[in-house]
Formats: sequence, C-alpha cells, structure tokens
Amino acid sequence: MEHTSLLERILRGIALTLVVIFFMFPIVWIFMMSFQTNETILRIPPQLIFEPTLANYTALITGKLMTAAGTLDIAFMRNLGNSVFLSVTSVAVSLLLGVPAAYAFARHKFRGSEDIAFTLLSFKFAPALLVLLPLTLYFQKLGLANTYIGLIWVYQLICLPLILWIVRGYFEDIPADIEYAYRIGGHSWFATFRKIALPLAGPGIAAAGLLAFIFAWNNFVFALVLASADKQPVTVGALAFITSSGIQYGQISAAIVLSITPTLALALYAQRYLVEGLSLGAVKG
Amino acid sequence: MTAVVSQRPKPSGFRISKKVLPYVLSLPALLVCIGILIPFLTSVVYSFQRYRLSQPWARQFNWGDNYISFFTDPKFWNTLKVSLLYAGTTVVLELLLGLAIALLLQKRSTLNNFISIMLLMPLMTAPALAALMWKLMTNPGFGVLSYLASLIGLQDFRWASSPSTALFTVVLVDIWVYTPFIMILLLAGLRSLPTQPFEAAALDGVPRSFVFFRITLPMLTPYILTATLFRLLDSIQQFDIIYAMTQGGPGDTLTVFQVEAYLNFFQSTNVGRSAALMIILWAITYFLSNIFIKNWLRLRERARGQA
Repeated sequence: MEHTSLLERILRGIALTLVVIFFMFPIVWIFMMSFQTNETILRIPPQLIFEPTLANYTALITGKLMTAAGTLDIAFMRNLGNSVFLSVTSVAVSLLLGVPAAYAFARHKFRGSEDIAFTLLSFKFAPALLVLLPLTLYFQKLGLANTYIGLIWVYQLICLPLILWIVRGYFEDIPADIEYAYRIGGHSWFATFRKIALPLAGPGIAAAGLLAFIFAWNNFVFALVLASADKQPVTVGALAFITSSGIQYGQISAAIVLSITPTLALALYAQRYLVEGLSLGAVKG
Repeated sequence: MTAVVSQRPKPSGFRISKKVLPYVLSLPALLVCIGILIPFLTSVVYSFQRYRLSQPWARQFNWGDNYISFFTDPKFWNTLKVSLLYAGTTVVLELLLGLAIALLLQKRSTLNNFISIMLLMPLMTAPALAALMWKLMTNPGFGVLSYLASLIGLQDFRWASSPSTALFTVVLVDIWVYTPFIMILLLAGLRSLPTQPFEAAALDGVPRSFVFFRITLPMLTPYILTATLFRLLDSIQQFDIIYAMTQGGPGDTLTVFQVEAYLNFFQSTNVGRSAALMIILWAITYFLSNIFIKNWLRLRERARGQA
C-alpha cells in the first residue's frame, strides 16, 4: 500500500473532497441561511457573501416574529424545551430500568433470559405505527393522550433496547472472577453490583445513555402521532413551524440549526462509542 | 443475604436468591414493554375488522376482507412497489457508496479520522429535520440546489414536487443521512481485519483487484451483511423523511407502507385497512429481522471475543 502512484493519490484526494462536499454542504448551507434575512436568501443566484444577522435567532428566542403584517408568536422555544425534557427523562427512566436488566442478562443465564432479551430487541425492528396507531385510541381512553408520561413511556421503545443490549455487552466484558472475589470477601450482591460492576461498565453506560438521548431527540413519528402542539419536540415542531410561518426561511433555518446542534455536539463528544452503539454492540470501534 | 454469603462461596441460600434475582432485575424493564405488546395484539384484531373511526357503529369482524381486498387494490400494489423500490435503491446505493468511502478512509491518519467523524454529522441529524433542510435547498424559488440544477441545464427541475423526480429526491436525502451508517460500520470492520493475509499477498505481488475480491470482501462479508440488513429493516419502514418531505405525495407517488397506514388512519380514518397494512409490513420485517439477528449475533460474539 506504500507505493501508491501520484495519479492514484490525486484521484483519492478528489474523491474524498467530493464526499466531504456532499455530506457537509447541506449543514453548512443551512447554517449560513440561518444568519441571513429573507431578502438575501431570496436573491438569485444564491449569495455566498452576505452581512450576517442574528435577527432570526433573536426572533426564535424571544418568541416574537416581526413581519410586515404585524408580530407573530412562535412557540419554537417550547418545542426545544420539550425535546430536552422528553429526551432526558426517557433516558433516565431507561437507564434505571435497563441497567439492572442488562446486568441480569449478562451475569445470570436464567430461564427465558435470551427470549426476553430478544423480545426487547425485536421492538427496535417492528414498524412503529403498528403499535402507535392502536395506542392513540388506548391513550385517549386512559387519559394518557398528549401527556409527558405517555410519551416517555412510549419513548422507552427507542431507549430501552439500545441501553439493554449495549450495556449488557459491557457487563459481559467484565471478568466474572473480579465479582466473585469481591463476593467471597463477604460483600452482598448489591454491593458487588454497585462497587464493582457499575464503575467498570461506567463508560459504556454513559455512552449508551448519550446514544439513547440522540435517538430519542431525533425521533419524529412517536410525537407526531401522540402529542399535540404544546408537547411536541423540535422534530415535529419544526415541520409545523414551516407551515405556520410560511415564508420566514431565515427563521426556519435558525430553528433547524438549534434543533440539530445538541445531537451533533453529543455525537462528536461520544464518537468513540458510536460504532458500538449503532450496531447494538455487534461491532467495536 | 449478606449473612448467608459470608459462610462459603456457594451456600444453598445463595443459590435460591440467585434464581429469583435475575427476574427481579429484569422485570421492570419487561413490564414497561408488555404495555406495548397489547396494542400490537389490538392491531391484529383491528386488521380483521371493518373499522372506520367515522362510522364506529358499523364496526364488525369481516375476517380476511381487508387482506383479500389488497389483491385487487392498485393502491396496495403501489404501496408495495414504492416501498420495495425505495428500500432496494437506498440500501444498494448506500452500500456501494459506504463501502467506497470506507475504503478511501481505511488507512489510519489524522485527516482520515477527522473526515470520518465529520461524515457522522448527517447520521446524527434527525431524519425529519434532514428532510426539511433538503426541502429548503430544493425550493423552486430560492433553493441552492434548484439553482445549481438550472446551471447544468435542468431548467425547472421540480425535485420532490414532481411525481417523476420525487422518489429520486427522497432517496437522495436517505443516502445523505444513512450512508455514514454503513460507512462507519464497514470502516470499523476493515480496520479490525487481521493484517497477515494482506502482508502475505503484498509479498507475493498479488494484484490489488485480486486482494480486494478474494481477501478483503470475503473477510468483510459479515460486516456488510449486518450493515445491509440493519439498513434494509429501517428503510422498508421509512416514514420520517418521506412524510416530512412530501407527506406521501405528490398524489400517491411515495405512499410507502408506514406513510400509507398513517394517512389511512388519520385522513380516511380506515383503521382496519391501516392495521392490515402494518401487519403485512410487520411480517416482512419479522422475516428480515430473523436473518439479521443470526448475522448480528455471530458478529457480536466475535466482537466480545476480541475484548
């Protein structure tokens, strides 16, 4: 592989440049649009050089949109808050439920353990609407329709299988002998779990939590079906925002930038674990 | 429990608690999910009923009618066709592109690692928001891509709003979002391959095409299979991108399974047909996920073995 010709290196360089342009351009472009007024956005040909303005972000954050026809209220910050609340709470609940279960599946092969683990996994692959559509009817009867509790419950379908299978892998990686040694020293099962297993699997648990957060944040269909405007996260809110604000393209771009920044930042932070997480523990990065 | 354990490593009291303990630990997680199993069964029941939200009084079992009517329903065949076409095109293109990029980035270097991390960004963008981004860029009035298309002679290229290019546009967005997924799995696979076969081949002066087809590809196959099936399972169920981009339109150009079921449920309030559609999709994904899980488990065993 060392003796690559100059021509090959040039071709590789060109190919990589094209790849980077294709995958980065939309993000860069929307980012640029978010600092423009409608006036410069609508100019043809599209402008690469413009005077950046923070007006779009100010309008979103203050929730007041000044238009020629008057001021318009935007509830986008509410959507952002919903996204944060739903994702954080769902992941917290998932960790609380999923980590002990993952430990049980990793350490104790019990009757039906594999069946249960696979049933949980299969939720990840079943069509979401199969469950969601009847669930809307049930939720209306139970009074869970358009409540945070109902949404967080359903979000477990995204977070739990992910956390269960990733964390299980990390527990399996801990040699059982360490735990036996600690237990022979007279410590209870719970102390062993808390003092040995949890700290050793700590990085894995954190990574699984971050990933689950990203997936919860990026989810669209659950909230589209089960939540109305005041409980909707950014993914659904941004879509509604487009139809309601009509032609405020600068604000829409700014809303998209605000909505994707948290997951992009987390992904950069957790990129070491992404491979393992995305493959549910099947491939190590 | 502490008192019992302190005698010997394996006293009888310890064994009893060991039997119950795993159930206690996994029960809460299970209970939360069982609540979700009920709607699944409800879906099965609905799919055998004539059930319209607009006519609740006419609700009754019609047994297989929802399914039988699919045979003569051109809308259903359109759904099946579009779903398979969408899944097939996206997965094949993403696999080829992802493999090519993974090969380009195979060598560990600062630049390559940096690029591979950058390429993850589309994958971390919510698919629904990615669709909105592309919608802004393909806007006929000011969209930069519409402008670029006009530069290369495609005047009035309508992207997602024309039936002839709508599928192309959503496939493009899908490729943008999900190619990095295949790329990153295959890159991890490529970098974990043993080096000896490649060194031996280099020593013997084996042509590089031979090395690629006879050594790299066969050794990479489990990774390719897992990544492909993973994507196929996801892609046949695609909803976010298509719904956010066109709501299944124009007309019924893009009414894939989940979009069609959603529209049936909320617009035509035909619960029975919507449920039957979802059961058929479920059957397809169940079949695919069984193949997937076998491959995935094999790969997982291997990854754990390396640890």
